[in-house]
Amino acid sequence: MKGFYPIFKRELLAYFRSPVAYVFIIIFLAANAGCTFFLGNFYNSQQASLEIFFLFHPWLYLFLIPAVGMRLWAEERRTGTGELLLTFPVRLTTTVFAKFFAAWLFIGISLLLTFPMILTVNYLGSPDNGPIITGYLGSFLMAGSYLAIASFTSALTKNQVISFILSVNICLVLVLLGWGVLSESLNAIFPVWISDLVSQFSFTTHFDAIRRGVVDLRDLIYFVSIIVIVLMLNVVVLESHKAS
Amino acid sequence: MIRVQALSKNFSNIQAVDQVSFDARRGEVLGFLGPNGAGKSTTMKMLTCFIPPSSGTADICGFSILENPLQARSQIGYLPESAPSYDEMLVGEFLRFVGEVRGYSGKELHRRVSIVIEMTALGDVKDQMIETLSKGFRQRTSLAQALIHDPPVLILDEPTDGLDPNQKHEVRTLIQNMSEERTILISTHILEEVEAVCTRAMIISAGKVVGYGTPDELMSQSIYRNSVTVSVNGANPKKLLEQFDELDFIYSVERVPDRRNGIVTMRLYPKEKESIALPLEKFIFSKKIPIENFNVNRGRLDEVFRELTLNQLTK
Repeated sequence: MKGFYPIFKRELLAYFRSPVAYVFIIIFLAANAGCTFFLGNFYNSQQASLEIFFLFHPWLYLFLIPAVGMRLWAEERRTGTGELLLTFPVRLTTTVFAKFFAAWLFIGISLLLTFPMILTVNYLGSPDNGPIITGYLGSFLMAGSYLAIASFTSALTKNQVISFILSVNICLVLVLLGWGVLSESLNAIFPVWISDLVSQFSFTTHFDAIRRGVVDLRDLIYFVSIIVIVLMLNVVVLESHKAS
Repeated sequence: MIRVQALSKNFSNIQAVDQVSFDARRGEVLGFLGPNGAGKSTTMKMLTCFIPPSSGTADICGFSILENPLQARSQIGYLPESAPSYDEMLVGEFLRFVGEVRGYSGKELHRRVSIVIEMTALGDVKDQMIETLSKGFRQRTSLAQALIHDPPVLILDEPTDGLDPNQKHEVRTLIQNMSEERTILISTHILEEVEAVCTRAMIISAGKVVGYGTPDELMSQSIYRNSVTVSVNGANPKKLLEQFDELDFIYSVERVPDRRNGIVTMRLYPKEKESIALPLEKFIFSKKIPIENFNVNRGRLDEVFRELTLNQLTK
């Protein structure tokens, strides 16, 4: 793990050095509030819970997380700093994980800044804070999965726009696999276990359980394994890019 | 220190580097010469383990780039082409980052950063953002980064590219000062640089080594080797030409255009590239020819370079 910490630290600081970080945080918070209060009719629901708040996360992350992750490797390639970074005596796996964790922590910080939502529901009513905590945990894990995919697509190209579009599409597929409409239409043709199997691959299926306050080890394993597997693919892509 | 054996690289169907082999010892400054796209950078990228070779191998201080890439890398200070660095960082902060990645911390890190800042004269800009630096300072920041771990091997890809003549001179002096206890590999297409800093040079064209030797050895292949250029004030060109042509140690004489008023310049080629300076000087003295300049050519590297690289391409 030699070299992990300095690379992680540099990457994290780089977010806060650019105005993009602040723009991102503002948009992230505004989008969260907008979805919860306007699209989700938070007040009219008369519920002291953050269910509505978390409901929109799979859709918000679809665009916001690729926007954070698209520069991870594409930028290093464009400016040539990748050549410096990848010729340090540090394992490629260490470098990939260090950059990923920095971006993930940045998203985590943005997510923590939604804390006024917790204050709001606790002020308005007396919510069960258990599902709120697990909701945040699940949301953070899910963000990590989106981010791993964005990091992977970022390694495929030096063009950030292409990287963004690719990861949005991959993530969209993973969201839609658990979409009710898809499951129902699959059920009309195939046996039920097929649609169950398909939805097991979806972000939404696993996130829904966690945000309801049910922490099942299988859901945690799902997100962690997505992160690890996709980041290993990320390493392979970087290796093969170096070869060609 | 560096041993390269039959290193090759092909990108799909282009042979970028073809069976390159060489050795470089401590104290040596080996210059890589070649036209753009000859394979200089590709060779350097393979030595720094950035890209793997298609075949062949290399050892850096005894560590194989294939089997021990991490140890091999830790022996190398690398300045990539166009000197990339993180624009949003301060110079000192960037150097500390590189030091930390290389495994230093605390006082040792501080000491090393101060040393390289001193060596590359970055003291005035160490608290400045890299983005705002001039090309010369950027290049030096990148060079400082390569020196932080006091590496036994330095690989510098076009270290003086884009610098003004004063900055070029500074970088060359720096390279010379560092060369004693290190092995330095530099690539360039500036030929004067080779004469100025390299103990040995290698000319590469289309991925192949086409010339290898000390700068003087390479220059001895030039048709201008040991030719003498003589400028004479107020002479009759025709008569002068005849006079020189009659000498038995002269192979041929040609007139060289000279813009100065009333001055005639001739270039005299010896037989078999032998030294003719002494007999020629005696002759001029005995005939009382009023010479303005008398230059013995060691040979021209640019001409050898063109000869070797163009031949290779037409083959």
